[in-house]
Amino acid sequence: MSELSVEHLIGIKSLTESDIQLIFAMADNFKQVINRPIKKVPTLRDITIANLFFENSTRTKLSFELAEKRLSADVINFSAGSSSVSKGETLVDTVNNILAMKVDMVVMRHPNPGASVFLSQRVNSRIINAGDGAHEHPTQALLDSYSIREKLGDVAGKKVVIVGDILHSRVAMSNIFCLQKMGAEVMVCGPKTLLPKYIDKMGVKVETDLKKALNWCDVANMLRIQMERLDISYFPSLREYTMQFGLTAQILKELKKPITIMHPGPINRGVEISSAIADSEQAIILDQVENGVAVRMAILYLLAQKIDRPQ
Amino acid sequence: MQSRTIIDNKGVNLTITRLCYQLIENHQDFSNTILIALQPRGTFLLDRIIAKLKEIKPDINPKTGSIDITFYRDDFRRGNSPIVASRTNMEHSIEGRRIVLVDDVLYTGRSVRSAMDALLDFGRPIQVELLVFIDRRFKRHLPIQPEYVGSRVDSLNSERVIMSWDEKEGKDEVQLYTIEEK
Repeated sequence: MSELSVEHLIGIKSLTESDIQLIFAMADNFKQVINRPIKKVPTLRDITIANLFFENSTRTKLSFELAEKRLSADVINFSAGSSSVSKGETLVDTVNNILAMKVDMVVMRHPNPGASVFLSQRVNSRIINAGDGAHEHPTQALLDSYSIREKLGDVAGKKVVIVGDILHSRVAMSNIFCLQKMGAEVMVCGPKTLLPKYIDKMGVKVETDLKKALNWCDVANMLRIQMERLDISYFPSLREYTMQFGLTAQILKELKKPITIMHPGPINRGVEISSAIADSEQAIILDQVENGVAVRMAILYLLAQKIDRPQ
Repeated sequence: MQSRTIIDNKGVNLTITRLCYQLIENHQDFSNTILIALQPRGTFLLDRIIAKLKEIKPDINPKTGSIDITFYRDDFRRGNSPIVASRTNMEHSIEGRRIVLVDDVLYTGRSVRSAMDALLDFGRPIQVELLVFIDRRFKRHLPIQPEYVGSRVDSLNSERVIMSWDEKEGKDEVQLYTIEEK
């Protein structure tokens, strides 16, 4: 159990449970490193990593960049907005041009589902998926489960509800795979229009009543309504969505037991979660961000280990 | 593979006692000293040394720590380096302190080099010394010499020197393994 079974991190679906355990064990070590006076180790000093972001991101991009720098890797950044992509260059050409400058690993976010699989089959580099369309966002799911493990001791046997826009959410997809592999029970909750049609075939419970869902769970992971992906009207108004699915202090007070609140960010305060709850003791939103760096360091370290060694 | 015991249980205890007296000679009451073990195998030796020190001078209470060198190794991606790290335990500030690094076997010196790098990330000690139970002479890759040596062993490249501990392997001893060539 000292090596990942995969060559690239495309999605949680292709990982085994022992891969995930290995990532968590390494993340424990790196969490110690990033809480030291000198938050840096020299491990990846001969590795160059390109961060290719074809879609907007703040948290994930900063988190990856920080993780790379904490491991002493050289980092180059690329955003689609200011590049030749707008001049008509294909994805493979763009990436091969970057790899020609001797880059060892690629961290990529792309609006099209499957972009990272496509790339991993065509270019000679380690690919880490930082979100591809509505497909997967594996590092987010790993840091979510890692944060649950940290807060509640273990993921196995815990009940987790994912609330919100499941239909457009890669975070939901990866989280379902990850939580199930770690032995947790998963429920999705949201307006019927935002729940994929055959989601129950994945072995998750489906609920449209927020109160029932919250009474069932140990952890609630609140998702943002992805306005930029809503091509048609899925619910009458944002105000109505908040009335039915917004998490408020009032609802939490009426529950039988205290639950842990998570959010992958960015938060829309007053929509899916009220300001008071987002800043409360129950919310581990900022712990998730801190753990994100440690988990990403673990993934970079374990994948870098598989790069052919220098002669 | 042949093996023979070069230091037995009695010898191990005797040597640890001597090392402790040497430490007391140089560090007196250990008020400004921290003993730091290299993970994972140095911790067994350090535990023994602490127990023996307290037996000799019950009033002293030396500060200890342990340091993991996995992320500081110079052989990452070059073959057989262990990937999974052990825990680093550095509760005490090392700023301005005297440090004694503790490990079981010194061979090429590369682990100690990594340990010094790892150590300096925690601050600026005033002095760093090295204590090893076994010093395999003549095979050093780096200019590193220990201050405190349990026993010097002259061995061939093809031989392995393994130190066993009662807590882990069931008995205290040092064995020399010879790998037969065909």
